Amino acid sequence: MSSQNDRSSESAGRQKITRRSFLKFCSLMAATLALPTKYVSQIAKAMSTATRLPVIWLEFQDCTGDSESFLRAGSRSDPLQPGVTDPGLVDLLLDFISVEYHETLMAPSGFMAEKSLNDVLEKYPNQYICIVEGAIPQAQGGVYCTIRGRTALSIAQQVLPNALATIAIGSCAVDGGLSAALPNPTGAGGVLDTIPGLANLVNLPGCPANVVNLVATIVYMVTFNTLPDMDSSHRPYFAYGTEIHEECERHDYYEEDKFVLAWGDEGHKNGWCLYRMGCKGPDTRANCWQVKWNGSTSWDIGAGHGCIGCTMPHFWDSMTPFYQSLGNE
Amino acid sequence: MPDIYIPIVGKDSSNGTPIPPGSSRIVIDPLTRIEGHLRIEANVEAGKVTDAWSASTMFRGIETILKGRDPREAWLFTQRICGVCTTVHAISSVRAVEDALGITIPDNARLVRNLLEAAQFVQDHVIHFFHLHALDWVDVVSALGADPAQTSALARSISPWPNSSPEYFSGVRSRLQGLVDSGQLSLFANGYWGHPAYILPAEGNLLAVAHYLEALDWQREFIKFHALLGGKNPHPQTYLVGGMAIPVNPAGNRAINPQVIAQLRGLISMATDFVTQVYIPDLKLIASFYKDWANYGAGVGNFLSYGDFPSSGNDPNSYWLPRGVIFDGNIGVPSQPLDQQQIKEFVTRSWYSYSAGDSNGLHPSVGETQPTYTGPQPPYDNLNVDGKYSWLKAPRYNGNPMEVGPLARMLVAYTNGHERVRALVNEMLGALGLGPEALISTLGRVAARGIETSLVVEQMGTWVDQLEANMNSGNLAIHNGALWDPSTWPATASGWGTTEAPRGALGHWVNIANGKIENYQTVVATTWNGSPRDAAGLPGPFEAALIGTPIADPARPVEILRTIHAFDPCMACSVHLVDARGKPLGIGVTVH
Repeated sequence: MSSQNDRSSESAGRQKITRRSFLKFCSLMAATLALPTKYVSQIAKAMSTATRLPVIWLEFQDCTGDSESFLRAGSRSDPLQPGVTDPGLVDLLLDFISVEYHETLMAPSGFMAEKSLNDVLEKYPNQYICIVEGAIPQAQGGVYCTIRGRTALSIAQQVLPNALATIAIGSCAVDGGLSAALPNPTGAGGVLDTIPGLANLVNLPGCPANVVNLVATIVYMVTFNTLPDMDSSHRPYFAYGTEIHEECERHDYYEEDKFVLAWGDEGHKNGWCLYRMGCKGPDTRANCWQVKWNGSTSWDIGAGHGCIGCTMPHFWDSMTPFYQSLGNE
Repeated sequence: MPDIYIPIVGKDSSNGTPIPPGSSRIVIDPLTRIEGHLRIEANVEAGKVTDAWSASTMFRGIETILKGRDPREAWLFTQRICGVCTTVHAISSVRAVEDALGITIPDNARLVRNLLEAAQFVQDHVIHFFHLHALDWVDVVSALGADPAQTSALARSISPWPNSSPEYFSGVRSRLQGLVDSGQLSLFANGYWGHPAYILPAEGNLLAVAHYLEALDWQREFIKFHALLGGKNPHPQTYLVGGMAIPVNPAGNRAINPQVIAQLRGLISMATDFVTQVYIPDLKLIASFYKDWANYGAGVGNFLSYGDFPSSGNDPNSYWLPRGVIFDGNIGVPSQPLDQQQIKEFVTRSWYSYSAGDSNGLHPSVGETQPTYTGPQPPYDNLNVDGKYSWLKAPRYNGNPMEVGPLARMLVAYTNGHERVRALVNEMLGALGLGPEALISTLGRVAARGIETSLVVEQMGTWVDQLEANMNSGNLAIHNGALWDPSTWPATASGWGTTEAPRGALGHWVNIANGKIENYQTVVATTWNGSPRDAAGLPGPFEAALIGTPIADPARPVEILRTIHAFDPCMACSVHLVDARGKPLGIGVTVH
């Protein structure tokens, strides 16, 4: 654990990250983004010269799960060099980005919080990134989510069109997510549903989204001054271009017809394929199999439960029932 | 829009709500550093809060969404009620379905659930203290004036934590100075810095800022505990009705095995160090400067704990933290037994309507959730607090508003003679030079959360030991599949399941018909604590706790944040979610 190292080597303290670990971070980012290694130095140059990118993080009909995911940033170890990790969240916050508005984390409340938002809009027009978490309800004039007496939609309409780019993080912001699950009682939708035609939008679905993909998206934007290659649904190919089932660590068992048939059976104990327990790996495009979670510690399939397809459109309806396969082998 | 309204003739500008002459109406919206969307309106007179209203401003309607779905997957939906107190809704959900169907769970499943929940308590309480609450007591800008050598001396006087050299604190200070010099204070911009209510010395502020940053790294490492047992955090994906999905197999690579056991122990050790050497010493240091906050925030004085951490199956009688209710602050006698039939929810002042009228409360098993918004159309400046004013219902126990959370749990355990709780409570009170009566206060809530963290982190190893012993003895069972197939279920069944979330008592009620969810109800911690008034006009715990809070500067009401944050609100959890009868909501619906 890096924290153990911190404790024995106090000088690690909270100094700026070392050049070496910074370059490792850049190479991990290049790997996540599926870029050739020749781009590592370009990423490093961009990240070390960029002024801190102002970020407005808006929360609407959410569970704060994507913010919590964000708080897990930077713990990915390099398996080839134990002890070397990404720059942590602290480094991200202090050196690379400047989160100016985030209701779960910011110091000010009320009027002063609103001032923080307005300060960014005034000081950095078209220069800030807006990250949206949560769905935007439109039924009943938007009364199902208000902040400062204003609707989520009116805040989004004020902030998003003037952003350098908007990142919809998590399935709720992408397509309404849980709030929009049938019968969608509050008329909830994602960013594109509620602000049609919004330019420079990146969708990072998932429930929650994996913070590795958020950080990689920001790094890409800072390095190349453009958005990563995306599909027609604004999802970056680097994160949503592969099918979980094809790349799954249990895929060989699938090929060998070795399936878990009951929870706790011999196949389950031995890590066989979860398809017959309802795993949605064959229906799901995401890079969880590659980047995993919480510093590459594990992922859902690694912990013995099937994938629920949480990166896929309207997955609460399209991927349920969760404990039956959809027959798309 | 302005934060403060200082009416001239005793009426506020927007809706005619009478305000006592000479008082001012403070509105705090968004109340930040919590989960979700909370709005507080308060009247302030002669430097004190004289009345307060707590309002939730977000509603999702998961009730209708759950209806008709497979009860075995309800936990995946309900877990997304909240990503901060992730995992607890999953546990309540599977327990409710297990209760309805009479399913017993293997001992390994009990232990894994206890461990996931315990890890959640520890991580969440530390995050709450440093990242959500500390900035109410700690002046970040003041830290720039701290002397690193004196900060080092202070740190070493309260803890053996190794990051304590003058060079270390000098580094933290210059990093903070770098933020200021860059003109981008980020999350720290526009705080109430320099407010006279901040009384920590500069060195105390620098120490706390350093630990704020360290805790950001610590929480991320420690919560790998959830990934080891549940694949990821937030939203670990390993629960099942009937047990857990993480196998136990000493010879397996994708299972709880000796290597995983060792990793769990390593993380517990790391957490123990951080809690005992950083969190608790910092808590005591900060509390020692703010002891007057034992005089504010008493609240309703009634406490409810469902209890949790079973020693046997799901049996409430085997809970390590006991179940019970306390009334009128009476902590001199054992708590009373809890009778769930006494729980009723009121909507008299909430944006819902009941078919039999809004003045009677309903038990969750027969509850209704018909959203009926009667508030001002946005954009608005003020709510009409004389009418309905919140998306929270008002749960009451035998008609009483009840406080839930770490203080409730610690008091119920304390009054029941829980030896370790009594020892930790007495140690904390002794260190602060306070008596037990000080517990029922804003400061007491802060202290109780710390006490509970110490208690839980030292208990976790016992459950790992039991898990290892089971594994080594060949007891590998993790799931009881006898009733997995819905065709084995009775035509109808109903049950309830509880857990203790970090923020307090959490109950789920489920009715099953023909293998599907007929209705599903949750009554959540912050619904208890953040509730609006009820049919009898009784204020909820937030509202009651704010009355009497001193306000030095109505334009910068940091004191209100102190008392509200001490409850650790979680608004996404608390908005009433479920509808017993699945009535059509009669509002615009988008169908994909």
